[in-house]
Amino acid sequence: MKKVLMINQSWCKGCGICAAFCPKGALEIVDDKVQRKEGTECILCGQCELRCPDYAIYIDENEGDTDQWAKSY
Amino acid sequence: MTVDTGDVSVKTKNMSNLIYKYMRPEHLPQIWCPGCGNGIIMRDIAQAIENLGLSRNSTVIVSGIGCSARAAGYMDFNTIHTTHGRAIAFATGIKLANPSLEVIVVTGDGDISAIGGNHLIHAARRNIGLTVVVMNNNIYGMTGGQYSPTTPTGAFGTTAPYGNLDRSFDIAGLAYGAGASYAARGSAYHVQQTTTLIQEGIKHRGFSIIDVASICPTYYGRKNKKGSAVDMLKWQRDNSVTVDQAAKMSQEELKGKLVIGLLHQVNYPEFTYAYDQLIRRLFEEREENE
Repeated sequence: MKKVLMINQSWCKGCGICAAFCPKGALEIVDDKVQRKEGTECILCGQCELRCPDYAIYIDENEGDTDQWAKSY
Repeated sequence: MTVDTGDVSVKTKNMSNLIYKYMRPEHLPQIWCPGCGNGIIMRDIAQAIENLGLSRNSTVIVSGIGCSARAAGYMDFNTIHTTHGRAIAFATGIKLANPSLEVIVVTGDGDISAIGGNHLIHAARRNIGLTVVVMNNNIYGMTGGQYSPTTPTGAFGTTAPYGNLDRSFDIAGLAYGAGASYAARGSAYHVQQTTTLIQEGIKHRGFSIIDVASICPTYYGRKNKKGSAVDMLKWQRDNSVTVDQAAKMSQEELKGKLVIGLLHQVNYPEFTYAYDQLIRRLFEEREENE
């Protein structure tokens, strides 16, 4: 079981809470939607999921493919 | 929907398991403003229910009117969206009709302390086994930013353009003064702690109130120049003190601070239990007389 960071942009309202409380600064808001910042590392801590008021970002357990690992981004 | 890795895998459900299990996805995303703290608190409630392993069938969510009351529509339990301020009155009826149900009232500061103030103090006095989660945003958000009973003195609202003259209510303190056997305060920022407080409140036998400081960036934040949702959450982070810390601080130091944690817990007979005992006693007395 590998964990992955999932973003549902259609639910994102761009409040920026996830990006502000990300301990690695791995998220950014572009055009009022959240996305992963290039060249940063996500440690899958789940702080963004805890505070997202719109449930648009979360950590999911991804079965199978071991290559799907957030750090490879 | 995007996945964090290079190749995009397609998933049918585009939400976390918790949300999928306890919310009604057809009604999401919520109508709450960007950055509203209510969504965070609603997730806390779902997480608390998940941690306790409560069945969806034996849990009832009751809400009144206001921004917070929308929660009853989003949460996938037996839910009822009631009239303004009367959520506790409806919940009392549900709890008395079937005491085995876990009744959770989701309400706002205006709903519970202004319009429903009397219901709050009398339900607390009765010690009926409800769990009340207050999404306290210090203002009437849905109707356009009028000051509420929890708006701090001097703070601004659309009906207080020169600052609010009244002193604010401490909802947890009010309920505790009225006899609630469990009173706690959480905040939108302190997710895990608030979840635990809600969880303990549900487990507690008796009236439990969890006053959760929410954030309203649209009205309270804008009227009072508190900045964005992020700034308001940072304020909560930097100005919160736990109950233990607060005990060592003077009144002066505590000014403008948010005291979070379990404020008060006592045990005395819960109302539906006492009512059941009364019925049993009367039945026994009648049998003896016959």
